Amino acid sequence: MTTKNQQENQAGITQEGRFYSAERLHAMHDMMLFIRRFEEKAGQMYGLKKIGGFCHLCNGQEAVCVGMEEAAEPTDYMMTSYRDHGHILARGSKPTAIMAELLGRAGGIVGGKGGSMHMFDKEKNFAGGNGIVGEQVPIGIGFAFASQYRDDKRVSITIMGDGGVNQGAVYESFNMAALWKLPVVFVIENNQYAMGTSLSRASAETHLYKRGISFKVPGIQVDGMDVLEVERKMIEALEHARSGQGPIIVEMMTYRYRGHSMSDPATYRTRDEVDEWRSGRDPIVRLQKQMIEAGLATEAEFKQKDKDIKKEVVAVAKAAEAQPEPDLSALWDDIITDEIPNAYPYPRQVG
Amino acid sequence: MAKITYREALNQAMCQEMERDDRVFLMGEEVAEYNGAYKVSQGMLDKFGPKRVIDTPITELGFSGLGVGAAMAGLRPVIEFMTWNFAILAADQIVNAAAKMKYMTGGQYDCPMVFRGAGGAAARVSSQHSQAFENWYANIPGLKVVMPSNPADAKGLLAASIRDNDTVIFIENEINYGDIGEVPEGEYIIPLGKADIKRVGTDITLVAHSRMTGYALMAADELAKQGIDAEVVDPRTIRPLDEATILASVAKTNRAVVIEEGWRFAGIGAEISARIMEKGFDDLDAPVARVTGKDVPMPYAANLENYALPSVSEIVEAARVVCNRA
Repeated sequence: MTTKNQQENQAGITQEGRFYSAERLHAMHDMMLFIRRFEEKAGQMYGLKKIGGFCHLCNGQEAVCVGMEEAAEPTDYMMTSYRDHGHILARGSKPTAIMAELLGRAGGIVGGKGGSMHMFDKEKNFAGGNGIVGEQVPIGIGFAFASQYRDDKRVSITIMGDGGVNQGAVYESFNMAALWKLPVVFVIENNQYAMGTSLSRASAETHLYKRGISFKVPGIQVDGMDVLEVERKMIEALEHARSGQGPIIVEMMTYRYRGHSMSDPATYRTRDEVDEWRSGRDPIVRLQKQMIEAGLATEAEFKQKDKDIKKEVVAVAKAAEAQPEPDLSALWDDIITDEIPNAYPYPRQVG
Repeated sequence: MAKITYREALNQAMCQEMERDDRVFLMGEEVAEYNGAYKVSQGMLDKFGPKRVIDTPITELGFSGLGVGAAMAGLRPVIEFMTWNFAILAADQIVNAAAKMKYMTGGQYDCPMVFRGAGGAAARVSSQHSQAFENWYANIPGLKVVMPSNPADAKGLLAASIRDNDTVIFIENEINYGDIGEVPEGEYIIPLGKADIKRVGTDITLVAHSRMTGYALMAADELAKQGIDAEVVDPRTIRPLDEATILASVAKTNRAVVIEEGWRFAGIGAEISARIMEKGFDDLDAPVARVTGKDVPMPYAANLENYALPSVSEIVEAARVVCNRA
């Protein structure tokens, strides 16, 4: 239950005993809205053929991105699949660099080498952006292994979808993570569909938080459309992993409003189903309502904020588009660190 | 110099590098308490403890991916495959992750790590346990492929591979593990990408790697009896390839046979002979010949297995044809 609260004379909301200041709530709201408008812009640019290849948007899943980031330490590692724009934006990477990457520009976050599916930002401890379903999960426990090896208390937040969770690599990873008590939080973004296949058509056990039972990996289910619940449950999960108790699964119940990728009209779902999530459970509208009820903002303020963010996103897209394409010489960059100049294939040469 | 086995030489290289750099760790099936399926990691658990010498479940894809993540996070994993046949299960992490990580992250992350284990045909283990995969990995930008043919090279090349800042596919040979040879004591490094002339000769160049280097040397002895003086070149690093040494040898001998244990189609021999054609055509007095494994899955029966693999007599015969002495 949301109540207006004054904690140490500070405006905010207390939920389940946890206080969120007005300032923090606004920041969470603004980031969710920014991700929403950014993805809409990306969809638009894709329609104009300015973005190529595969492009997977996360509209509807913003509370998962933002709530997790709110709970995490900046030093915690994070990696996910190809539906990565929202997560890397929430981590605080530069939106212009993300958009420039989508446009295949020199100033893209990975220099125009990766595109939509391969967003990485080492400075922000964001390790992808991985294009093969489930591939990031063993990599995620590798980061956790390094953390345990160095005893630096960093947790690896390893994100997958309800599709990825059926890959064998995931269970190999659950087993090793539990065996060695690696500091990892396995986040399953359950948006109900693996591409066009609904959860019940692909999973014998549809309660995905139970998927770790035979590996002794505990699991919790979270309303992934409630940014505050996501934040609270992630705090608990991160504490579990950080304190040496080993891995934990957090199943985020969420929904993607768009198709699997830009080429997917999503005819496998009914309009009613999409509307039910969109109008009934939208994470941004939900937080706005809570904040208005608590007297922390007005509808007019949110309308103005939306206008500002839309403008900001337009400016981001403009700045990204103004960038040059990568220099052709970049084709040969970053393949090998210790190049061997006198051996074939010769660095930077055809034949 | 001490005389030690190929497996002891590999062990020395790993111990040397683990003493030098505490970011290096060894992980794989049976590497710790069992002392290695082929005893390559003998004594390493006692020396370095369970934090750095780690037994895994039988889970190649999982622990390979763990290695990739650990390398991205700044450690220097040595991931052992009991044999390279099992690495097919891990191909996604090697090919889609490790090999491409530096490129697709715009240079932000790299994967300084070694995947190592026994490759090539073992003895009497049939189709699924006797295969040469170097050409698979040599095809991939972002990987280096290294294959030692004797104990000294095993030590020097493995140490260099662990120090290398890229992902190295290090393919040992099960049949060679017990081979004895002189190996320098103390720190010993052989730079990657440097071929080695194992026998100097003037009449024909035999290019051979891993176990086939020994076959080529035996063939050279036989050819010498027949009045043909063969030079044996061991590339040692398959990718990138020190073709200059091969081409210089061919420029001297004007004839070449390329030998490999693996299958002929799109094999290492195809690449090397294509390069000799592209770069050394004017030096050739005869077409380059290839001796390879037969184009069949490996059979179990001793006579069939023997027939499936390249033999010294096939190398001798190919060399005689190339020298117009058949």
